[in-house]
Amino acid sequence: MSITHDEIKKIAHLARIKITEEEADATLKKLSGILNLIEDMKKVDTTNISPMSHAQSVTQRLRDDVVTETNQREKLQKIAPEVSDGLYIVPQVIE
Amino acid sequence: MKDWSIKELSNLLREKKISSVEITTDYLQHIKKKNPEINAFITVDEGRSLDQAKLADQIIQKGEGDVLTGVPIAQKDIFCAEDWLTTCGSKMLHNFVAPYDATVVKKFNEVGAVNLGKTNMDEFAMGSSNETSYFGGVKNPWDLTRVPGGSSGGSAAAIAARMCPGATATDTGGSIRQPASLCGLTGLKPTYGLVSRYGMIAFASSLDQAGPMAKSSEDCAMMMNVMAGFDPKDSTSIDHKKEDYTKNIDQPIEGLKIGLPKEYFAEGLDSDVAKVIEAAIDQYKKLGATIVDVSLPNTNLSIPVYYVLAPAEASSNLSRYDGVRYGHRTSQYDDLMDMYCKTRQEGFGEEVKRRILIGTYVLSAGYYDAYYLKAQQIRHLISEDFKKAFQACDVIMGPTAPSTAFKANEKIDDPVTMYLQDIYTIATNLAGLPGMSIPAGFVNKLPVGLQIIGNYFDEARILNVAHQFQKATDWHKAIPEGALS
Repeated sequence: MSITHDEIKKIAHLARIKITEEEADATLKKLSGILNLIEDMKKVDTTNISPMSHAQSVTQRLRDDVVTETNQREKLQKIAPEVSDGLYIVPQVIE
Repeated sequence: MKDWSIKELSNLLREKKISSVEITTDYLQHIKKKNPEINAFITVDEGRSLDQAKLADQIIQKGEGDVLTGVPIAQKDIFCAEDWLTTCGSKMLHNFVAPYDATVVKKFNEVGAVNLGKTNMDEFAMGSSNETSYFGGVKNPWDLTRVPGGSSGGSAAAIAARMCPGATATDTGGSIRQPASLCGLTGLKPTYGLVSRYGMIAFASSLDQAGPMAKSSEDCAMMMNVMAGFDPKDSTSIDHKKEDYTKNIDQPIEGLKIGLPKEYFAEGLDSDVAKVIEAAIDQYKKLGATIVDVSLPNTNLSIPVYYVLAPAEASSNLSRYDGVRYGHRTSQYDDLMDMYCKTRQEGFGEEVKRRILIGTYVLSAGYYDAYYLKAQQIRHLISEDFKKAFQACDVIMGPTAPSTAFKANEKIDDPVTMYLQDIYTIATNLAGLPGMSIPAGFVNKLPVGLQIIGNYFDEARILNVAHQFQKATDWHKAIPEGALS
């Protein structure tokens, strides 16, 4: 499977990474090498093999629905790029 | 500088022959001298380290404390440490002062160990040479023109240059074992789920595992006693009964069955490295072990499988870096989308972007079954290979890495060649098994690591197997030239 310049730009947009035309070209070369490596998987017959998503077959633990954390808003927002009145500030998205 | 082991330091402190402040001061001075050349630390904070040391000395004076009280160790910069700069080797987090402690850091704090600083690493732990760090590459103390391995290359180089006696590290595809191998150290990647991932910045969550790195198996066992344990804050933490990893470390290993997978000695392995590994196996025979041939037929597939699954998980994990709540935000932007895209363009390095793009691609509509699902199915086959192999043996041994430390800039422009560094280590992450690397000899004055893979939760056994080798050999005691001066 080969990947195209336009596909690189599309996935970069999906990943929310700005990419220049030159960067897309350079990425295309390197990604093609990696995708060729990945193509090796195609040779393997995996009919009826169940997918393994985790190293241990554990189920999600549940806990009681009780408050375990205290409010640390000020402390956690101290490291934010921009906050105002306890809110994170981003460019306006709704008119 | 003295070449202390963690065990020696622990004894000296408890016998009150030396204080934690004295030891910590010595290490901090050595860091000041060595780090400009090696670049193993991203952050050092002498005041904070010495405050911890003073507190430890007070505890010891009262006759209280744990075996590691007052012992200084370094923390890989992937672990959040409250009020410490925690960068994960990335521009994206160049200004991130963690508001809380990772469980691993908290555990070391609770026993009164001293944090000597945060060690350099490949950006977001993606790399095998430490060259992807935003804070510059790390040099291998055995040969300054070579890489220390990665991603825990800062931890490895710091110990090798005797800037600390031990350090924490993490391993997603070999990031503890490969740098340990390339720097002549002992490193352990535990069973998945044994050490908490809480506060450990995520790369590929189903593979990431923290572990200790030090000079000897004994020292790693002492660190494991602190690090291991169930943590309700980590949803994949396993409630395994608490063990003392030092308890049976002195047991003889007569009758131990060592499996040698033929795939680990096939084409691609440097012939001189192979000789060192064979000599190490002969040493084990002298110690009473027997050798059985085993096969891990899907070894070659572990790299393609890993380079689908790890980037897929990374693309999801790293979506949190959006310039809104913490870390880097671009200075000029038109709207929200522009802010996201520019922030991530500027904040991530080349390798990290590459992996996010691969991950996004393999998870995108139309490709999910062909790549992601297929990789998960083959992961199952790889895991079954180990199950079969362990029916015939107690531990599996082989090389940790296909070669000794390579030159800086040698592989950085060719990701596929770089990825092959992890050919012998990745499969254990996919299966979730514990693995170690221990010094086994040298090729052209560069260290070679022997890998020891155990069955699930067999950390105590592989630490014992490693310790018995280290009692009979001196490879782990070798020091890079000039490291102590």
